[in-house]
Amino acid sequence: MRRFLADARLVAAKDLRIEARSRVVLNQVAPFALLVLVLFGFALDADQRTLRAFAPGLFWVAVLLCALLAVQRSVSVEQADGALTGLRLSGISPAALFIGKAAAVFVQLVVLEVLLTAGIIVLYGSEIEQPLLVVATGLLAAVAVACTGTLYGALASGLGVRETLLPILLLPVLAPVLIGATRAFDDALGNAAVDGWAWLGLLAVFAVVATAGGALAHGALVEE
Amino acid sequence: MTQAIASPDVSTGSRGSRVLGVATLLGLATLLLFAFGPTEPDIRLHPTTGEEIGQFDAVRLLYLHVPLAVLMYVAFVLCAVASAGYLIRRTPWFDTMAHAAAEVGTVFCGLVLVTGSIWGRPVWNTWWEWGDVRLMTTLVLFLMFTGYLALRRATVDPRTAALRGAIVALVAVLDLPLVNRSVEWWENRTLHQKSTLEELKIQDLTLFTLMLGFLVFGLVLTWLLLHRFRVGWLEREDAEHGIASAIAERRAAIDEGDVDAAVGEGT
Amino acid sequence: MVELNAAVALLGRFPALTGVDLRIEAGETVLLQGPNGAGKTTLLRLCAGLLAPESGNVSVLGHDLTTGSERRAVRRRVGLLGHSTGLYEDLTVAENVRFWARAAGLDAEPSVERVVGAIQRLGLDDGLLDLPVHRLSAGQRRRTSLAALVVRRPDLWLLDEPHAGLDQAGRNVVDTLIGDAVAAGGTVVVSSHELERVRSLSPRVVTLAGGAVHRDTGS
Repeated sequence: MRRFLADARLVAAKDLRIEARSRVVLNQVAPFALLVLVLFGFALDADQRTLRAFAPGLFWVAVLLCALLAVQRSVSVEQADGALTGLRLSGISPAALFIGKAAAVFVQLVVLEVLLTAGIIVLYGSEIEQPLLVVATGLLAAVAVACTGTLYGALASGLGVRETLLPILLLPVLAPVLIGATRAFDDALGNAAVDGWAWLGLLAVFAVVATAGGALAHGALVEE
Repeated sequence: MTQAIASPDVSTGSRGSRVLGVATLLGLATLLLFAFGPTEPDIRLHPTTGEEIGQFDAVRLLYLHVPLAVLMYVAFVLCAVASAGYLIRRTPWFDTMAHAAAEVGTVFCGLVLVTGSIWGRPVWNTWWEWGDVRLMTTLVLFLMFTGYLALRRATVDPRTAALRGAIVALVAVLDLPLVNRSVEWWENRTLHQKSTLEELKIQDLTLFTLMLGFLVFGLVLTWLLLHRFRVGWLEREDAEHGIASAIAERRAAIDEGDVDAAVGEGT
Repeated sequence: MVELNAAVALLGRFPALTGVDLRIEAGETVLLQGPNGAGKTTLLRLCAGLLAPESGNVSVLGHDLTTGSERRAVRRRVGLLGHSTGLYEDLTVAENVRFWARAAGLDAEPSVERVVGAIQRLGLDDGLLDLPVHRLSAGQRRRTSLAALVVRRPDLWLLDEPHAGLDQAGRNVVDTLIGDAVAAGGTVVVSSHELERVRSLSPRVVTLAGGAVHRDTGS
């Protein structure tokens, strides 16, 4: 168990260090996230009332689009120079590798979510009524998206058509996360009278299943 | 390339499947005859106003739509079970079955969406109803299995395709209850009458036609599965045969002189 | 140590190995040669447990590689130097070597000295230690990836054209390294087009052609 955690941390730290050096997510994905918010603004005719009403949904669609890019990056780091072969030859268990990769994606997603939250406050005029609910939703949804994304990144990797295959595989599976997180934000931002905390339960179930199932399935995948 | 395939004796049909095929076609014809013939349109009188309400002739589509939907789920469950079987046993039989079930299931799923949409236009006054649980769940299911088929098509190595496909199919089926749950809570409403069947005047003929629908589409599913499975199996045999002959070819093609020249020895 | 009987391996649907019979004893050094596409790389990957044999028997370091769990077990005991260097472009030389040492399950901290030692032995300048890999030349990358291998001290070395892309000094370093590995009781399989060079290391030359052993001076 200790070895498992140490290995997961090693992999996560490695990915985060690579990000700190290359700044791909910070310099490319983060501006893209803000750009998406702006594009929604253009598409919805710059009506702040409308934007504010739809802010939760637009926020989570933006998160999913960014997650696709973050996962692609996470996969390409291992594929660029055959590092994946090295990882398969190392003593790191596939499950620890999975948790490590997912943890790094998780951290990047949380940073993007913070940025996007600032974005909807400034650009759409959203107001946070229940900060705790926002934080809990953000964290649970990030776990769910990071784990599912990491698994599907591995599923679509090495096929030469990863860029086009990943979205159609991943996005439908994440439909419950999109719905759940959006509804929870509807409550937390005071947009609709729904019970956001109940939606958190759904997100929690998804996050737990994605973490356990992903670690399990990743073992079979790396084995091939 | 391979004699096994080129031979006219090899087909996906057999005496049994031909009988089944004929029965299926006759069944389909009978079903259509009943659905569009002697069964009555759904016309009821509104209890207070006395207006004519109901689904009118659109109800006839349900004789196709409902059985298709139920058997689509049968196909996808079969796919998930076969995928799990593959992950445990790793034998090509399970993989071929999962692939066949997924493909037929996706076709059924598409038909369910189309027939439902056509039916919804006159009855619900809309092609598509956002927030309807079964509608959304079916659409997401359709998209997930489109992805599954795309993944399999993008993979050259049959073992990779089998393994990755099995995982995607299992995730899709496990994800389904969550999709269903979330959509249900989302709008907390459904246009789908739970009571569609009860609300109708279930006469003997209506019930009979509906049951006939289940039977006939059960036959269609079995028939398609059978052939799709055999196509997959033949493809695999063909590939294996191709590998065996490729091995023989490679070994026969070794040329002493070429090898020496390549490694810089001899002469 | 390594024993293959009628081993067939596929790349997709292409039979890269068409039935290899080969036996290598512990402590032996074997040179693999053969025309391009003969199956040298696939043979090394098969022995590393990265590939499942389609048919035949493959046993490496006492592991029967026809089963998945055994393939996983053998992976961490072999050192494979492939065509790609397996380095992270944005990390420094020292970080890369340290990461791979720790990934191999080596003790967390003392490996720093070992890392530096390994890098120096490969003739990499100390000044390179803190350079990111993307600023290295091809030869320096290859040395770094060898250093990552050396710290792991594998039981079986599988070197796929280790001389490629290196200058004379680099090639000499590789030869010394192979000598060290053998002296330490390791078994080495090297694929190379550098006949003369490797012959001085080993009398046994296995020639592959068409995915099978064509000639073997050792048996």
